[in-house]
Amino acid sequence: MKRTTMFTAAAAVLALALTGCGTSSGDDDGGGGSGSEAQGGFTAPDVPMAGELGEPEGSLSVLAWPGYAEDGSTDKAVDWVTPFEEETGCQVDVKYFNTSDEAVNLMKSGQYDVVSASGDASLRLIAGGDVAPVNTDLIDNYADVWSFLKDRDWNSVDGQMYGVPHGYGANLLMYNTEEVSPAPTSWSAVFDDASAHAGKVTAYDSPIYIADAALYLSKTQPDLGIEDPYALDEDQLAAAVDLLKKQRENVGEYWSDYLKETQAFKTGDSVVGTTWQVIVNLAQSEKTPVEAILPEEGATGWSDTWMVSSKTEHESCAYAWLDHIISPEANAAVAEWFGEAPANEKACDLTSKGFCDSYHAGDEAYAEQIHYWTTPIEQCLDGRTDVQCTTYQDWTRAWTEIKG
Amino acid sequence: MLHRHPRLRLGLLLGPPMLWLGVLYLGSLAALFITSLWTVDAFGGNIQRIWNLDNYRDLFTLDVYRTITGRTLVTAAAVTVIDALLAFPIALYMAKVASPRRQRLLVIAVLTPLWASYLVKAYAWRAMFANGGPLDALGVSPGYGLTATVLTLSYLWLPYMILPMYAGLERLPTSLIEASADLGASTATTMRRVVLPVLFPAAVAGSIFTFSLTLGDYIAVKIVGGANQMLGNVVYDSFLTGNNLPFAAAVATIPVAVMLVYLTAVRRTGALDSL
Repeated sequence: MKRTTMFTAAAAVLALALTGCGTSSGDDDGGGGSGSEAQGGFTAPDVPMAGELGEPEGSLSVLAWPGYAEDGSTDKAVDWVTPFEEETGCQVDVKYFNTSDEAVNLMKSGQYDVVSASGDASLRLIAGGDVAPVNTDLIDNYADVWSFLKDRDWNSVDGQMYGVPHGYGANLLMYNTEEVSPAPTSWSAVFDDASAHAGKVTAYDSPIYIADAALYLSKTQPDLGIEDPYALDEDQLAAAVDLLKKQRENVGEYWSDYLKETQAFKTGDSVVGTTWQVIVNLAQSEKTPVEAILPEEGATGWSDTWMVSSKTEHESCAYAWLDHIISPEANAAVAEWFGEAPANEKACDLTSKGFCDSYHAGDEAYAEQIHYWTTPIEQCLDGRTDVQCTTYQDWTRAWTEIKG
Repeated sequence: MLHRHPRLRLGLLLGPPMLWLGVLYLGSLAALFITSLWTVDAFGGNIQRIWNLDNYRDLFTLDVYRTITGRTLVTAAAVTVIDALLAFPIALYMAKVASPRRQRLLVIAVLTPLWASYLVKAYAWRAMFANGGPLDALGVSPGYGLTATVLTLSYLWLPYMILPMYAGLERLPTSLIEASADLGASTATTMRRVVLPVLFPAAVAGSIFTFSLTLGDYIAVKIVGGANQMLGNVVYDSFLTGNNLPFAAAVATIPVAVMLVYLTAVRRTGALDSL
């Protein structure tokens, strides 16, 4: 008797679990699948765009990189959220995320109205049907954004913008000036010549770092025919993976937390590796003897875009936020706080002296040397149609394999 | 009303915990297993509910996952052995030698580290192993890597080994040890024939903690493990980086399977009966 009760209970649990998935398998998740499977190029799912805006709805939920939506709670002087709230009456609720992948995950919940997406997240968000096209006519400050940031692969589809450019920066090569001499000029310092600092090389802990290897290979092994580090066919990916596996032997540790890298350079556990400008500034302020360069091969980098959720119920507040965040005042404040080049040219009049020069803001030639993070997809981004390119999922698998 | 319906009373008493155990605990494990049989579309990252075994095929055919599983198991075993060796003398002293007052103080001393945050302790060890850090100054720092991970995890889980051993040894009557000595057994024989049989089930109970906690850990290895990764990191990366919940679920079934095998083996030895 007891045994049967137990059995019934177990069966009930299982039935519950099965019905749970049975009911949900009925509704397919949005139009994401159909969009990404379209042949002959990338087609975005059909999501309506805002026509005109109504009255502000009174609240706004923001999903942002840390440091992108400061309300004065970290540092009293650093606040561009409160002025926005006072001006528009939209109460802002901020949630920070740590990686592009986390942002993509969180946006699927539909709880957030706007998101600051890097190029390796934006296309995935568009394809998943999680963000809506943005009507740039409704955003006054859009006109002042540098034109070389508009209509790019990572923020638009077929000439339709999906957000407003916000700021950009390059992944630089940082080195300890006492340990590494002569000063490196090329990424070979972390690839072919990495053994000179075995165990003290560092690299960014994300599959997107494969693009750094691909970029290096595109210059050193032209036979591979790599045109765009984000458009790799299987052979090209294999070559990049081989290079990274060789690098792995000399890597002390990978970093994704910027404070961890700062500390590793301070103690000398890392002496050469990829970095961001903000980390360089931080390390130098702590008297760590480091310098950073943009190597001769060019570099990968990020270009961030503020996007609007396709499920938002606060459209007017969302557009007001987009307009506010690229206004000269807010854009300058974010750029200085986070350490990147602003997108709005007028922001450079408001930043501290020399800031825009040190970040090469508006320097189109410098910006063109940066290969901005873009999500690798099946349809080769460099325009090849005779091969299938490897996807971000392939890269994720490869990254696990590289680390071994 | 309640006292006239003993079945209702029992149902009300056991209902919530059974619901917790059955629905939430086993239910989530079932959900995990079901998810591992699905797949995601390559780009949008949405889960597609198509039944297949691809995740498990990848798991078994690609070398890298075997390497990582092996590394994780070796780490877990090493942590367990180190903890058992360290915990035994402490537990024996606490249970059999120390005065009641000192006993209490020692229990507090063993428990106190559990009050500090895991992260604080792990980062403290990061500083210990750092270039120019305390261990380096003594010339014995292994640097960041697997050794550092094993040492850090051994430190973190030590109380979970000491406490069951202490509880087990405390139940051993001192008279048995004295009788063994009176009958002419050497200290070594007493240890082997009297103390060890009592200690074994306690050590097994402790090892279940240290072993399973290490199997699932992914934070310590990120902080002091250098470039190494363990099963937990693969789960974390598959889900957060790869946005591939089904594959993460498939990887997560490895530790579950390992623990089932481990518990079955432990049951065979009979150690669980005498707990």
